[in-house]
Amino acid sequence: MAERASPLIVGAGPAGIRAAMTLVAAGLRPIVVDEGHACGGQIYRQPLSPDGRDATARYGSEASKAARLHHDFAALGIAIDYQSNTLLWNLRDGAADILRRGISRRVSYDGLILATGATDRVLPIPGWTLPGVFTLGGAQIALKAQGCAIGRRVVFAGSGPLLYLVAWQYMKAGVDVAAVLDAAPLSAKLNLLRALPLAPGIVLRGLRMAVELTLRGTRVRSGVSQLRIEGESRVARIVYRAGGREHAITCDGVGYGLGLRSETQAADLAGCAFRFDARDGAHRPVRDAGGRSSIAGVYLAGDGARIAGADAAEAAGERAALALLEDRGLPHDSMRATALEHALARIDRLRDGLEAAFPYPSHWAGDIADDTLLCRCEEIDAGEARRAIRDFSLTEINRLKAVTRIGMGRCQGRMCGAAAAELLAAQTRRDIGAVGRLRAQAPIKPIPVAVSLSLDERQHDPAH
Amino acid sequence: MTRRIDCDVAIVGGGLVGSSAALALRGMGFSVTLLDKGFCGAQASGVNYGGVRRQGRPPEQLPLSQRAHAIWPRLAQLIGIDGEFLRSGHLKLARSPADMASLERYAVEVAPFGLALELIGHNQLHERFGIAGGVVGGSFCPGDGHANPRLVATAFAAAARRAGAEVLENTEVTGATRTFEGFALEAGDVAIRTRTVINSAGAWADGLARAFDEPVPLERTYPSMIVTEPLDLFLGVNIGIEGGGIYARQVTRGNVVVGGERAAPLADPDYSRPRSDGVLAIMQRASELFGPLRHAQAIRFWSGTEATMPDRNPVIGPSATTPGLIHAFGFSGAGFQIAPGVGEVLAELVRDGETSTPIVPFAITRFSPASQPGDASQAAMTTGSKETSP
Repeated sequence: MAERASPLIVGAGPAGIRAAMTLVAAGLRPIVVDEGHACGGQIYRQPLSPDGRDATARYGSEASKAARLHHDFAALGIAIDYQSNTLLWNLRDGAADILRRGISRRVSYDGLILATGATDRVLPIPGWTLPGVFTLGGAQIALKAQGCAIGRRVVFAGSGPLLYLVAWQYMKAGVDVAAVLDAAPLSAKLNLLRALPLAPGIVLRGLRMAVELTLRGTRVRSGVSQLRIEGESRVARIVYRAGGREHAITCDGVGYGLGLRSETQAADLAGCAFRFDARDGAHRPVRDAGGRSSIAGVYLAGDGARIAGADAAEAAGERAALALLEDRGLPHDSMRATALEHALARIDRLRDGLEAAFPYPSHWAGDIADDTLLCRCEEIDAGEARRAIRDFSLTEINRLKAVTRIGMGRCQGRMCGAAAAELLAAQTRRDIGAVGRLRAQAPIKPIPVAVSLSLDERQHDPAH
Repeated sequence: MTRRIDCDVAIVGGGLVGSSAALALRGMGFSVTLLDKGFCGAQASGVNYGGVRRQGRPPEQLPLSQRAHAIWPRLAQLIGIDGEFLRSGHLKLARSPADMASLERYAVEVAPFGLALELIGHNQLHERFGIAGGVVGGSFCPGDGHANPRLVATAFAAAARRAGAEVLENTEVTGATRTFEGFALEAGDVAIRTRTVINSAGAWADGLARAFDEPVPLERTYPSMIVTEPLDLFLGVNIGIEGGGIYARQVTRGNVVVGGERAAPLADPDYSRPRSDGVLAIMQRASELFGPLRHAQAIRFWSGTEATMPDRNPVIGPSATTPGLIHAFGFSGAGFQIAPGVGEVLAELVRDGETSTPIVPFAITRFSPASQPGDASQAAMTTGSKETSP
């Protein structure tokens, strides 16, 4: 009997790590590919080189979780086939194309768990491409992985739980955090009351961060709008409106973000069905409670499937692995599966409250100034996009891409796609769910034209 | 609620052919309804490589191709944008003496059509065009070039709309019947009465032809393209290769577009995606031929859905079964350059019942068993895998 191929796990963040552990415990030897140099994903990202800080300094209140995940993954050793610094660039016919050290290799798999994580979601504001402006996630990574701050006097602006967390982490690291500018009105925070009974620890910790920031002299403002970053060669100040008038704060670094968006290209290339999710304001791959996608043998876990945070990712990774085991006819702990589903449902309700407390300011899209850069890779500003929408009577995001090149550059729409969709929706007065979603294309990220092929790849290549 | 439209001409398929016909017909004063099951220009017209090339076409296409050639420099006044059209010249390379001999034979054969082909030896190729190794010579057509299909296809439809054509997107034609005065079409919640129907439905055109008892041996092909990050300009010409392999061009912004191989349809065969093996092969060949690509990144791959005919010529002309029905489809991966000319030809056919451009070789009757018994199997064999450079 032919031996079945190994399952493939994409991503070694909390979801990928727990999925790998679960499969190993059941006697399988999964392949784990990850773009990072070490496991942990974005949230538990490890430093490139030791910088003298311990886990508590790096991960704060989440230090024990981070240490446990890093330790558990390391303990898997050769029980998994772990490939770090590796890009999954395409999926096809039950095989993955992965790129490592300039060599592309085709990897067959039997069962695919996508734990691809998330990136920041932004709407362009004037000055958002100035040196010194980072996304909130980027600012956090600089601190966590490189041990450096994005500036000496920093302002954090936008929306989402990450806004206060990153500001607080910067404050703890000794950086002068001048202000936290929250797009949501203070009234939105009442929604935290819904989340409070579900996870008092998390909600109270968030409130405590806001209080501690205020006590240390950080200006914390709600309901800010018309953000503008100014400076000549780099960030010099941030300007905003609040309470009916304009304010300016001098700073040399800005962390900006409006929540997160799932990385869904791999799920798209795998053929998964997508559906619009009103809470995330985005199309996301459909999955059942166990993490099964619409494609047999393809499972989705973590923020790459729906934004729910690191704790949910751990549970979803384990749950998806149990689903894979069940579908393979292997012994699996169905009690555990049920418990995980309950835990995930609970986090999901908590998330409803959090998202309502940090609403995405869709209405900003209509106000993006025409000369504000929308697509950085292809250098297309909002005015050009608006003209194309008008001149070609566009109503659909892939057509906007075709006519303007938005989303055709290096980032393939990961950074600009959501904003372009918001702009299209605003201008055509359609719901964001009605303008469609950018269809993913390989390569997921750029690959060298002169890519080398592994030996087994050469055998597949008709040119050789 | 059903909406009723009465018009002179209904065009099924809003690609370049349908859109340019709509624009030309509006110029003649006809009322036009342009229907597309998706978005105008979203299929083959908008996702092809973008070669604006006469060189390499079968001689019978050259009169039509020359007609279109005169339209391309006038795009700005015709559709409001130049579509990034560049008269860069088209250089077709030969990798062997046999391929070079083939280019030489072609140059002699098409001399009467005035393409001004120039045969070039190996040394000159390197000096004039910076082509690296692996080629023995080439044939240069200075008047050919390239353009941006995404823009051109969409702009033709937009221009037709501005000129007064009723453009209905996301409106699939689900019923078509011949009536006493013309045709009755059902499309979504629209009922259309029209004197004339143009079938420019591309890879979906065989369905409409079959509905009027005119089956055609249409097959689908899926081209496969890669795009690099923007690079310093090094490739001034549009490159093709005799016998296929790859084709390449560099846009003003610096991105290099390289095509070759075939993509594969997805579960929904209206959509396709490049095969990994295919793009890896394209990239290898490209980095062998062009030094500057050896340190570049590929940022994007794409594919589309095209209709191809066994003899690699399109079907253009009146239906043989149904008065008032005119076909224009099956451009076999080489429709982009000639499409604006086809639009004018179709408009003439509607107005005059005939056209000043020879289109006899493109008659749909060439596929009917009665006209050419025994040819069907032979035609099918020429489908092969031989690839032309678009």
